[in-house]
Amino acid sequence: MYRPDEIDRAIVDARVAEFRDQVARRLSGELDEDHFKPLRLKNGLYLQLHAYMLRVAIPYGVLSAEQLRMLADVARRYDRGYGHFTTRQNIQFNWVKLEEAPDLLADLARVGLHAIQTSGNCVRNITSDPYAGAAADEVVDPRPWAELLRQWSTLHPEFSYLPRKFKIAITGAPVDRAAIRFHDIGLELRRLEGRLGLKVYVGGGMGRTPMLGACIRDFLPAEEFLSYCEAILRVYNRHGRRDNIHKARIKILVQALGAEQFAAEVEREHAHLKGQGIDAPWGEVERIAAHFTDPPFTLGLPDDFRVDALDPGLERWVARQVMRHRVPGYRIVNVSLKPPGGIPGDASAEQMEAIAELADAYSFGEVRVTHAQNLVLPHVRAIDIPAVYRALMQVGLAEANLDLASDIICCPGLDYCTLANARSIPVAQALADRLRPIEAELGELKIKVSGCINACGHHHAGHIGILGVDRKGTENYQLLLGGSGAEDASLAQILGPGFTAEGVVEAVARVVDVYRRERAAGERFLDTYRRLGPAPFREAVYG
Amino acid sequence: MKLLTGNRVRTGDVVWWAGDRWSTRLAEAVGLEPAEGERLLAEQAAHEQVNDLALVDAEPRPGGGWRPVHIRERIRAYGPTVRPDLAREGENWR
Ligand code: HEM
Ligand code: SF4
Repeated sequence: MYRPDEIDRAIVDARVAEFRDQVARRLSGELDEDHFKPLRLKNGLYLQLHAYMLRVAIPYGVLSAEQLRMLADVARRYDRGYGHFTTRQNIQFNWVKLEEAPDLLADLARVGLHAIQTSGNCVRNITSDPYAGAAADEVVDPRPWAELLRQWSTLHPEFSYLPRKFKIAITGAPVDRAAIRFHDIGLELRRLEGRLGLKVYVGGGMGRTPMLGACIRDFLPAEEFLSYCEAILRVYNRHGRRDNIHKARIKILVQALGAEQFAAEVEREHAHLKGQGIDAPWGEVERIAAHFTDPPFTLGLPDDFRVDALDPGLERWVARQVMRHRVPGYRIVNVSLKPPGGIPGDASAEQMEAIAELADAYSFGEVRVTHAQNLVLPHVRAIDIPAVYRALMQVGLAEANLDLASDIICCPGLDYCTLANARSIPVAQALADRLRPIEAELGELKIKVSGCINACGHHHAGHIGILGVDRKGTENYQLLLGGSGAEDASLAQILGPGFTAEGVVEAVARVVDVYRRERAAGERFLDTYRRLGPAPFREAVYG
Repeated sequence: MKLLTGNRVRTGDVVWWAGDRWSTRLAEAVGLEPAEGERLLAEQAAHEQVNDLALVDAEPRPGGGWRPVHIRERIRAYGPTVRPDLAREGENWR
């Protein structure tokens, strides 16, 4: 795992001290809100419906057990005993008091965590594959590259006032677990004839104008990747629409210029930047990569374990939550944060502590956060799987629903968020309850719910997406079908007029019935939808 | 009628104008005529103790007290509807 060095620590400590002073001046009346608000946003502190919300960065979704324990501690001491893991692999605390925020940040800093660049028009937290360094299908470990991006983008003076926020995701596997085509820059590490390089997508995003990223480079040599990213940001910084917040994201620029011309601009800028020492020297790449060498795996362990035939719960959980590891004798364990009746992505302080314990005992002290708002123990010995299952049972986290209908991605919506039009969590809960009895039979079905057009709940990327809208002051929901955030990325399309909360649950049930009736052997919901198109689904819902 | 509301700078708590002070309880809010509300809003904005000041529409509840017209304000008064365990005592988001 990456360990923060003196430079990282100095940056974070200096920021905590600076923010402490700014908060003191706000509280004494020396600073008014107009001047203070941009300062607090630079430190991830938003004002939401009920309180301040603090967004803490989890670089590429990797947490140590120690860090997770600190998050639990913070939840208990400064919040109401829980936190919310987000689709960008971060965590949000919902009940922070301004007067306590500096102490909170100082506590986080003790374990190398912070909220820098979790808000505002800068390069946000770099996201990645939660199975990095563990996945059996991994071609290249993305973590050193994500860390390079993190160091390069941290407090980068040229990119601190971009036209709008900027999100980068990087993966190193053919199966996309990081939704790279929905990011401003999406990177896929690959090998070609023994050389290391990246496929570069640009201009993807959700929000009011959802778009899939366009590929502007099929194979960028790895040695040049920072200067190339810098070239992309320069072109964006120069030409992005600062005059209109709704047109300021890079996706709008890429669309306006066309991917080809945008790529040509980037190439021109890159030709100019290439020789200027922006790219990390190879020795530095290797130094960073050394942080991500394997934990001390035991080789030659039995690659199997006895699933007790008397425990069908364990068997079901293993089939759903446990993935192959690239090292024989190990497994990747997915921990669902979508228990029945729960709030997607929420974890209590006790649950965080329990997972930190498990990470220490069984996974070399490592935990990952997924963009689907679940957690991962990346390196568990196969023979320990039954013990991990039993421990998760005890804290209510042994749900076997990965990628099933009740594994819903959901934003905070009108229960917490000032920008929301409608609640999203109760709709997700009602859908999960309705579909849970048949979810195993339905197979992979990704449902995603957002409380407004900003699309924090990824509804455009849902096999089934739900968008909360305001209809004359009441909550209303649109139904979208056919999206995907994975390697077969696509944008979901609106099916027809909106519904009440109860109505949209009923509509989803009908959509699912069409799938059960029409599916061919081996087809997921998404495959059936793609084969048939919207007509039969529309007929079932509105007919 | 209108209610004057916002979030306390120091804590972020939701507060309601209670005639001579801010209260965290909607039950203590006072109904305001629009012109009076605007005047108070401007006055309080200058004090810089409460953020996101807003005048919101409300109707009297049959048993006394106020019911904000928009669900957003009722949720602000109550807390997240999905966490009744954290709700402000005596409030009702419906
Ligand atoms: C509660 C406070 C939040 C606020 C004020 C907020 C605000 C926004 C806004 C304004 C956008 C649209 C950006 C644009 O299109 O230019 C956005 C997008 C997004 N947010 Fe949030 N958000 C919040 C919470 C969350 C949470 C909890 C998650 C994860 C569950 C999240 C993840 C995202 C993602 C993935 C996008 C879309 C990707 C993109 O195109 O940028 N946000 N958010
Ligand atoms: S999608 Fe809208 S309602 Fe949901 S968290 Fe984002 S801004 Fe808030």
